[in-house]
Amino acid sequence: MKEEPSPIYGLMAEFDNPTEIVAAAHRAYEEGYRNMDAFTPFPIEELSEAIGFHHNRLPLIVLIGGIVGCLGGYLLQYWVAVIEYPLNIGGRPFHSWPAFIPITFETTVLVAALSAVFGMLALNGLPRPHHPVFNVPNFKLASRDHFFLCIESKDPKFDRKQTRQFLEGLGGKVSDVELS
Amino acid sequence: MSEISYAAPAEIDHYRQRALVIGVVALVLCAASAAIIKDRIFFSYLVGFVFWTGVALGSLAIAMLHQLSGGNWGVVIRRLLESATKTFPLLAILFLPVVAGLLFGDLYEWAHIEKVTGKEREILEHKKFYLNTLFFLGRAAFYFIVWISLTYLFNKWSREQDETGDRRLQRKLQILSGPGIVLYGLTVTFSSIDWVMSLDPEWFSTIFGVLFMGGQGLSALALIIALLVLLSKHEPLASKVKPAHLHDLGKLMLAFVMLWAYFNFSQFLIIWAGNLPEEIPWYIRRLQGSWKWVGLMLVVFHFALPFFLLLSRDLKRNARRLITVALLVVFMRFIDVIWLIAPEFQEKDFTARKLGIVMDFVALIGVGGIWMWFFLSRLKERPILPLHDPNWEDAES
Repeated sequence: MKEEPSPIYGLMAEFDNPTEIVAAAHRAYEEGYRNMDAFTPFPIEELSEAIGFHHNRLPLIVLIGGIVGCLGGYLLQYWVAVIEYPLNIGGRPFHSWPAFIPITFETTVLVAALSAVFGMLALNGLPRPHHPVFNVPNFKLASRDHFFLCIESKDPKFDRKQTRQFLEGLGGKVSDVELS
Repeated sequence: MSEISYAAPAEIDHYRQRALVIGVVALVLCAASAAIIKDRIFFSYLVGFVFWTGVALGSLAIAMLHQLSGGNWGVVIRRLLESATKTFPLLAILFLPVVAGLLFGDLYEWAHIEKVTGKEREILEHKKFYLNTLFFLGRAAFYFIVWISLTYLFNKWSREQDETGDRRLQRKLQILSGPGIVLYGLTVTFSSIDWVMSLDPEWFSTIFGVLFMGGQGLSALALIIALLVLLSKHEPLASKVKPAHLHDLGKLMLAFVMLWAYFNFSQFLIIWAGNLPEEIPWYIRRLQGSWKWVGLMLVVFHFALPFFLLLSRDLKRNARRLITVALLVVFMRFIDVIWLIAPEFQEKDFTARKLGIVMDFVALIGVGGIWMWFFLSRLKERPILPLHDPNWEDAES
């Protein structure tokens, strides 16, 4: 009796040096795989390009946060100093824009930084107690001295058998990434 | 590593001769224009001298900073920075026309105290201890001695490092760079007070020297990025300069753009808020009349535009776009130095005022041409990449 295999998250190939994983990622990208991710003990710049580094929306969120902070800070001061509670300070105009700049700068940085933190959390789905990749037996070595390349099953080119053969052909030790 | 030739590309000779011709022609034009605009030409020359001295000083500061901080970004520009620091002997000679302006022209009001009357005379008498011709020249000689000795040692050890690869030389360079940066800070502060701030001997600002440091770092970095991109069309830089290097240099340029804006705004805010009669004339001269538009131009094109452009990651990694921004910054550095110096010419001679602005640019090109010729000649003498810099990330490749 043949058992129908349960669905998996993807296939994980394990390498023991950075050169191999970069080469493997290049090959996988050429092969047409797009939904893949790599896990390494330290950042490898070529690797993010090799797996098809994609732009995310975080810079835009931070930029918008910065602009909101900038306008918000300036308008708050304008409203307080010119409309709501005008004070004559040494005969200077109520709308003393040079004096508003330092605070405008601070609120720009504040809102931009907050949008960076919360935007990052919103986009990457953290905090997240568990992820399927942790089901791979050796995965804890990703923070020590091993390098992992995962091709996810949602990739249109993903085929359990062929992808496994392909990854094994690249010289990695391949294991299933169980969903639970 | 040894199979590749790290000799500077031969195209440098071409640039070098062209720079010399342009420089000489422009300086001759400057000398000739003295017949029409008289003493104003000394202000123009001072603009050129202050800018190009700033490039050499900024390069020295960044080179020392790189020794102390390390990092792969500095390796590709290290030789360019070092060659720029070798120009101090030339700059010492180029200082002579400024001395002529001091002695025989009307460049520095305090040097001809007998022509001044009233309250102003009283103030100048009071400042005579510091602002007098002899002490001024002595200080200038001292600055050049410090700069020439510092850069001599720096380049000597750097050359030995190229030849022997001795690890101890790195340590020596670092030990020199620490105190070197302190000396840089002090000499730049005093030289900016002497050469630029004393154009208006009654005015003072304690942030003035720092403002120059930010400006010099930016001038040097922008110019060197532009040169690096041009030179990286040829081997050996073509295969060594990666987008990651340009990215780092672009980030540094963004930091300097912000630093420049921060220092300048700090000075403006404090003087504006204080609103004191002895402090505000400097800004009144620069923010009224046509100079107002130049001031506005600085805010938009020296700060806002490069700031927003350099935020983009793609722009910083793209050599062609990065060089466009770098050249814009170099041009705006010209404008900033003109804005600092030219409004101090206050005679009612309108031909001299108008033509003077044109001559400011001619002097920038003149001094720049000579400087560039000397700089490129120094650059050609040594391998264009430091062979034994421990910061090579891919030392084995």
